[in-house]
Amino acid sequence: MLEIKNLHARIAEDGTEIIRGLNLTVKAGEVAAIMGPNGSGKSTLSYILSGREDYEVTEGEILYNGENILELEASERAAKGIFLAFQYPVEIPGVATMQFLKVAMNEQRKYRGEDELTTPEFMRRVKEAAAELKIAPEMLRRPLNVGFSGGEKKRAEILQMALLEPKLCVLDETDSGLDIDALKIVADGVNALRSPDRAVIVITHYQRLLDYIVPDTVHVLYKGQVIKSGDKTLAHELEANGYADIIEAAA
Amino acid sequence: MNMQQAIKMTAAETALVDAYTAQIGDLPGDGSVLSVRDTLVHELKTAGLPTRRVESWHYTDLRTLLRAVPAADPSAFADRVDALVTGATVLSVRNGHADVKGNAPEGVTIRSYTDSLLDGSAAAGLAVLGSDDAIGRINGGLVRGGLELSIADGTELEDPLEIQLVQSLGQAHTRFPVSFGANTKATVIERHLSTNSAESLISSVSDIVVGEGADITWIVLQQQGAADTHLGQIRFDLAKDAKLHLFLINAGGKLVRQEIHGKTSGEGADFKLRGINLLGGESHTDVTFTLGHNVPHTTSTEIIRNVVFDRAKGVFQGKILVAKDAQKTDAKMACNTLLLSDDADLSAKPELEIFADDVQCGHGATVADIDHTQLFYLMARGIPENKARGMLVNAFVAEIVEELDDEPLVEALESVISTWLEKHA
Repeated sequence: MLEIKNLHARIAEDGTEIIRGLNLTVKAGEVAAIMGPNGSGKSTLSYILSGREDYEVTEGEILYNGENILELEASERAAKGIFLAFQYPVEIPGVATMQFLKVAMNEQRKYRGEDELTTPEFMRRVKEAAAELKIAPEMLRRPLNVGFSGGEKKRAEILQMALLEPKLCVLDETDSGLDIDALKIVADGVNALRSPDRAVIVITHYQRLLDYIVPDTVHVLYKGQVIKSGDKTLAHELEANGYADIIEAAA
Repeated sequence: MNMQQAIKMTAAETALVDAYTAQIGDLPGDGSVLSVRDTLVHELKTAGLPTRRVESWHYTDLRTLLRAVPAADPSAFADRVDALVTGATVLSVRNGHADVKGNAPEGVTIRSYTDSLLDGSAAAGLAVLGSDDAIGRINGGLVRGGLELSIADGTELEDPLEIQLVQSLGQAHTRFPVSFGANTKATVIERHLSTNSAESLISSVSDIVVGEGADITWIVLQQQGAADTHLGQIRFDLAKDAKLHLFLINAGGKLVRQEIHGKTSGEGADFKLRGINLLGGESHTDVTFTLGHNVPHTTSTEIIRNVVFDRAKGVFQGKILVAKDAQKTDAKMACNTLLLSDDADLSAKPELEIFADDVQCGHGATVADIDHTQLFYLMARGIPENKARGMLVNAFVAEIVEELDDEPLVEALESVISTWLEKHA
């Protein structure tokens, strides 16, 4: 589903190189965890996948279902099924949450040549997905992410993911700022979306989230490269021994 | 204003003076009114229209910007339009002629302003606010009609009153002295619109007196045509514990100056100004505001949001004066602007003049482009860039509209805004 080949990327504004020859393959149905110390390029990778313009790819390619997506706008990538759950969901005063959800769902459908959802159908889907995630209707009446607690913001991200039904989900530190109950709700939401035709990339600092979302593969990112890949036992190893040994072995 | 004899009158100045001369004997007014008119037009002739050398007109050089004045056409016809919100009582003013027939809601007395000119009771109100009051001068010289409203003590109007000013072409000069009695509650919509693309010159002065304990929302919705000049003025005076929420939307016109001049005269008075300026094309729009906090314990907040596209130019001048005795004044003014093209321009001049020592006053001005993080967030959910930008611009002003605690009204204004944005973005 996703093939990243020898990717090099830098910050557009000052030219700082963050991703330095990254290779990664994620198959349909797979849950891949990406771990790594601060500054290793984890969040940058998620932004580059979703099409943020602050980064410049200087070399390599990203193939999504065989198509090079680097020339596509963020909105086109989303409509093709790439979803980024933000580490810091953005507050947008003046945009109602429900209006945002409806526009996003229908714009994606329009792009794919599907009919727009009727209002009752839209309402039904939101109600159902919100209940699963224990999101109160009051929350949906507020402006987008405004006044949401950290946990509410993360749950709102998963709600969007559930409604948009993406094919490739990228979760950027979705566990940060969550207490254990919220973490379970979020993890259940993600697990419910696991399917043979959908891939999930979980970016995280800690093993904790991976107890709830059990990965098929684990990749260690360091200085913009994947320096080690393995199965879920690699995450346990990291939790016990830290990154130092692996970094040393790779050097 | 500087009173020296202008060397040569501009085409617009000549046209205004000629319009007056041509109507002598026909303009309504008793002896006292006619004598005020004479003085005003004489001042206009000698001082000319204000230039950038007049401080309050520094960013709007009316003498240069007002190139021509369309001739008044008494035979022109304009149709009334549907009320902005259903249920509103529409008071229709077409091409400057007010219609006083129809049913006034209980507690509201409506009188033709022309009658007040004819019997002379309007004379005192025709005085200008100062030597730089060009709008007062033009309007006072040429005003023919309008409405005088008085709302009896204790009246609470459930539905809004809509003063609907429809212009087709030519000129219109109108006045609206409105007095709200003690403990009244009402929403008034002063709605200016044009029915076509023909050129018009409109001047309109509303003189609002808010009685003790009254709670009034006054909305100015300006949607003139792309060739029109709109010179508007709102004057207000707030008694003890009076509340006025003045809501201004500029969404039209080629050359617009909207002045707001008010004062608090009784303790506990509260004034709120919310302004939205949607500017596009080659238009020039100036909102100039002065407020005198004249007595202790009065409050005000002002928030202006400007959205500027194309080669449009916007101006906001806001001046809050706190008198020496006006202790415990609390006043906050903010002017926020989204500049959406390289050629768009906005000048903001917030000022505080404080003579009391125990007050809380502040002002701020920001100018920015669309927030890129917000834009990326929307696009990352599949919303194409143009649509996402539109949503963010809309959000920037919608925040202000939602403060109005009246759902049909909020919806009507939001629709005015989104229609404008769809046309211009």
